[in-house]
Amino acid sequence: MSRSEYTARHAMGSRVEGIALVAKDGFSARYDLDRIQGVFSRPAHKLVGQSYRDRILVLDTAKGGVASAWMLHEMKTRGVTPLALVFNSVNPIIAQGTALADLTMLAGFDCDITSVLASGARLELIPERRLLRVLAPAS
Amino acid sequence: MRLSDHEQAMLAGEMGPVRQIALQHQIKVGDFFGAADFVPVTQAHIMSDTESLGEAGVAWLERLASHSAAERRVCIPTITDPRGTDFSKAALLKQAVWMLDLEQRAIDALVRLGVMMTDTCINYQTVLAATRAEHVAFGDTGVVIYSNSVGGARSNFEGGPSALAAGLTGRTPRYGYHLDGQRQATLRVRTDWTPTTLNEWGALGGVIGRLAGNYWAVPVVEGIERAPGSDELKHFGAAMASFGSIALFHMLGVTPEAARLQDVAGADIPQVRVGRADALALQSSYRGDDKVDVVVFSGPQLSLIELAALADLCDGRHFTIPVLAVTSPQIKPDADRMGLTERIEGAGGTVLAGMCFYQSYAREIAEANGWKSLVTNSAKMVNILGGYGYRPMLASMEECVEAGCTGRLA
Repeated sequence: MSRSEYTARHAMGSRVEGIALVAKDGFSARYDLDRIQGVFSRPAHKLVGQSYRDRILVLDTAKGGVASAWMLHEMKTRGVTPLALVFNSVNPIIAQGTALADLTMLAGFDCDITSVLASGARLELIPERRLLRVLAPAS
Repeated sequence: MRLSDHEQAMLAGEMGPVRQIALQHQIKVGDFFGAADFVPVTQAHIMSDTESLGEAGVAWLERLASHSAAERRVCIPTITDPRGTDFSKAALLKQAVWMLDLEQRAIDALVRLGVMMTDTCINYQTVLAATRAEHVAFGDTGVVIYSNSVGGARSNFEGGPSALAAGLTGRTPRYGYHLDGQRQATLRVRTDWTPTTLNEWGALGGVIGRLAGNYWAVPVVEGIERAPGSDELKHFGAAMASFGSIALFHMLGVTPEAARLQDVAGADIPQVRVGRADALALQSSYRGDDKVDVVVFSGPQLSLIELAALADLCDGRHFTIPVLAVTSPQIKPDADRMGLTERIEGAGGTVLAGMCFYQSYAREIAEANGWKSLVTNSAKMVNILGGYGYRPMLASMEECVEAGCTGRLA
């Protein structure tokens, strides 16, 4: 039976509530996204064609090079970002980019977070408590 | 994070708003990773091409640069990664005027911040190599992995905003590869194959990067039969960082922290075996049809020795498709003076400086020039360029030159 709360080892940002978009795949702002349209564009990505705009992205790991640190900030100024980011593991670049863009992010759980959540679930992220709460499961 | 009196004053704005903003950013990142405090750094290296920055990033730099000189200037040597163009060759690449305007605005802002425009991703070969145990704040994953692994320096991947923050504050949060414990190997990689060409070194690095798989993994490589040269380790590390987000590897008997296996690895870490077949499989996986639209030597920028090798291959040849060789602004004058540029361009190639192909609006210049199928000897490049709509292929420098002449990859 799925739990309703998950505690992260790492957290930053403000409390948010929104709809999850989940995949067991990675995240690179430079290589995976059409940043203008706000959709996943890399053909091999499991979310290809899907809009990430205003979704709580739940993915396995942050990949890629240093460009993401600037790109999240640029996306934020155009209002074409995910609402928040949730990862099993992260690298410094995504943390630095999230900090500059002033987004919310949780990372590092005691389970594979992509396997216990499903797209469409309604989530609440509470960074000050490092807490991910499932408000409503995916229908 | 525990802050010194100096850092408390900086955070309170006593050294101006620019350093205050920089330290606030660093504390957010440091808190996220559980850093106990800051560590002083001696150099910073900023990735700041305008395709990544966008209008918003350039405007952010300009806001910082608008403060007084005392408030805005970096306090340690701070240098730059490649730009998004070589202004003298922008027309050849068919880059748009707005790209060049944005680049110039970014350059102007960085100069006002006191940043030295070195425009290179091979600063360890051309500017000032970081030394063993030296704490630095480097951007560009290839620079970090080379400096950490070959030099024994200590850096995390520092994206542009964080590297600039380090330049402004002279410090960075102490987490990750600044800590002794993080530098221990997590994976033993055994091989019975020592690559001979740069594309082979890159392919082997890519294989190991994929196997190791995340930023916090540290491979120790055993079985390399000779001390690789700097260019070989450059391609090996750059590919490993690109394919696997790896920031540090050890090579037994070669890199400074791995004189003996027990120096970097416990007895119980996982082991894998890789070899020539794995590297060839990676290279073959990128092989499309034979037709080639453009040949690119870049990512990382070419050393003087690589340019000399390329020039030797260009003598007496005639290219029928564009052949681009990208180097650093430090090396280009030597290549000009020694006649290497003339020999490469005499065959119909172009030597560019201060940019990196994939950071130079690669998607837009592909569309403007009708480039789809690309061949390179850089494994890092083939990993990246698929995301920009190219069909990249990996081959040796000799095969790339031949493709430049025939328009086909044999």
